[in-house]
Amino acid sequence: MARDVVISVRGLRNQFGPQVVHDRLDLDIYSGEVLGIVGGSGTGKSVLLRTILGLNKPATGRIEIFGQARSEMTPAEEHAVERRWGVLFQDGALFSSLTVAQNIQVALKEHLHMPQHLMDEIAAVKIALVGLPPDAGPKFPSELSGGMRKRAGLARALVLDPEIVFLDEPTAGLDPIGASAFDELIKNLQATLGLTVFMVTHDLDSLYAICDRIAVLAEKRVLVTGTIEDMLTQEHPWIREYFHGPRGRAAMAAKTQPPRS
Amino acid sequence: MVGVAQGEAWLDVSEDASSLMLRPQGDWIVRHAVAVDKALAAIDTIGRRTATFDLSHLRKLDTTGAWLIYRTGRTLERAGAAVTIAGATAPQATLLNAVAKGDRLAEERPHYNPFVNVVVRMGAALEEAGQTTRELVAFLGLILETLGKTVLNPLRMRATSTVYHMEQTGLNAVPIVSLISFLIGAVLAYQGAEQLKRFGGEIFTVNLVAVSFLREIGILLTAIMVAGRSGSAFTAQIGSMKLREEIDAMRTLGLDPMEVLVLPRVIALIVMVPILGFIGAMMGLFGGGLVVWLELGMSPQMYLVRLNEAVDIWDAGVAFIKAPVFGLLIAMIGCFEGMKVEGSAESVGQRTTASVVEGIFIVIVVDALFSIMFVKLGI
Repeated sequence: MARDVVISVRGLRNQFGPQVVHDRLDLDIYSGEVLGIVGGSGTGKSVLLRTILGLNKPATGRIEIFGQARSEMTPAEEHAVERRWGVLFQDGALFSSLTVAQNIQVALKEHLHMPQHLMDEIAAVKIALVGLPPDAGPKFPSELSGGMRKRAGLARALVLDPEIVFLDEPTAGLDPIGASAFDELIKNLQATLGLTVFMVTHDLDSLYAICDRIAVLAEKRVLVTGTIEDMLTQEHPWIREYFHGPRGRAAMAAKTQPPRS
Repeated sequence: MVGVAQGEAWLDVSEDASSLMLRPQGDWIVRHAVAVDKALAAIDTIGRRTATFDLSHLRKLDTTGAWLIYRTGRTLERAGAAVTIAGATAPQATLLNAVAKGDRLAEERPHYNPFVNVVVRMGAALEEAGQTTRELVAFLGLILETLGKTVLNPLRMRATSTVYHMEQTGLNAVPIVSLISFLIGAVLAYQGAEQLKRFGGEIFTVNLVAVSFLREIGILLTAIMVAGRSGSAFTAQIGSMKLREEIDAMRTLGLDPMEVLVLPRVIALIVMVPILGFIGAMMGLFGGGLVVWLELGMSPQMYLVRLNEAVDIWDAGVAFIKAPVFGLLIAMIGCFEGMKVEGSAESVGQRTTASVVEGIFIVIVVDALFSIMFVKLGI
């Protein structure tokens, strides 16, 4: 695997009033990897995601994206960067006044000025890719279930075939079949496009199935990073509990057993 | 060989009468989709026996590029050609298979004749209006029922919540209601004095200001401001709670939203609108008195004496009969529209607008009805 660093975070500090969320946090994201971020509730996984995306201004720290410091970017450069990544928010964050198809087409319309027929085709392809039924396109987000909204959000995140995809708890709210289909999809896209995936997740099955590397957030920083095998040998009590707990063992068993066919 | 150069993605086409060889080159990704689409559309698909895509020179392929290849292949197949795709790497082949699932366009939305459309929308609006009226009456019944239950069992009243809403809708509205009433009172006196001067009746400016403010303008102004200020707030509060399923959560916990959310707001407005109306009327009289003093040179003492002669107790009494009804109606519509929010954030906005418009409308209609009633009763 190429070890080009696409995003690097150094000495990040996030603070809300007296509450320090991150302190001296370092993290590298390598090109073409699937990085899973795990951590207990309130350890600032989502804050980290939002900080990298530029939605949250850190107190101190340096964030480099494609080798360029976020704080030194001009607005035009920021826009250019934003077109190179896609984000799936926790509940999809679809625009409620637009249909699913229109949601997917927003970026195409804004950035690429495509003819409508091509946008409709691309939207249909993305809708199919994320496993939504064809009649989901003309529906409004409020007419969809939570799981379907998530898929629609993913379709929107993938519309520009970005280099990096940020996923905030992507498989939460999906049924197990949908969740593994989603894992499979990410794997395929990554293989074809050299996609880099930054994934905040609690789904141990996803961690086992698709994550190349896992970063554990605890004690206000990235405690350890490494493969799933590395995690299993960690002595830190929270990490032990997480990966050796009943769910961790079940996911491990599912991974090591040959799939029944 | 025809080279179709299109930025960083292009297509080499070599062809003879019956076969077609297509070599996608460069980056077939979404950024170049418009160019690629044009290049592919230029291909003559009719009458080919074989068509081959050679992907071995392709640098990059994403889902959009794969879709465009798939779509062209499908068109060629339908035209009777045998299509093969050569030189695809394993991930590219996976991607081509994946996009095949997207081969189903959503049905086109039906188009209507614009005239028919207008009629359809008018009908829908009319039906909606009728439906809303029925539901509003039902909602009023529900409020009265809940109110009745609470009267029978006063311990069920949410005192904290009611007082909170009294502060929000009443106390906090005092400055703006006072200011507007004061200004309108002054304007009314000023304009009235100008007109009445013409036939020497400027002394009746006092009657004009006193009667109109005590009977009508004071309470009407207040009600309109409360509808805009608090009715809309009720809709937005209850509406966003509805969106986040808080209302449903309440029901599952055995709490009655009518009792917890609606009644405190209704009681708050029933109590506060008369008080605000009274403050408004006083400020209007104050504004009028100030103008009368400055413009006509009538001393404040004289103004009070004239005031005493001009009004009888029913002029003020009328306002106090109307005010609680206005409060009830505004709160009812605010809560009703909030309860009707569904789906999206946009719905909150629409309902809030509807709440203000309906609130002001119904206040004015009911005020007219009251006027007729009081005239008939001779008070």
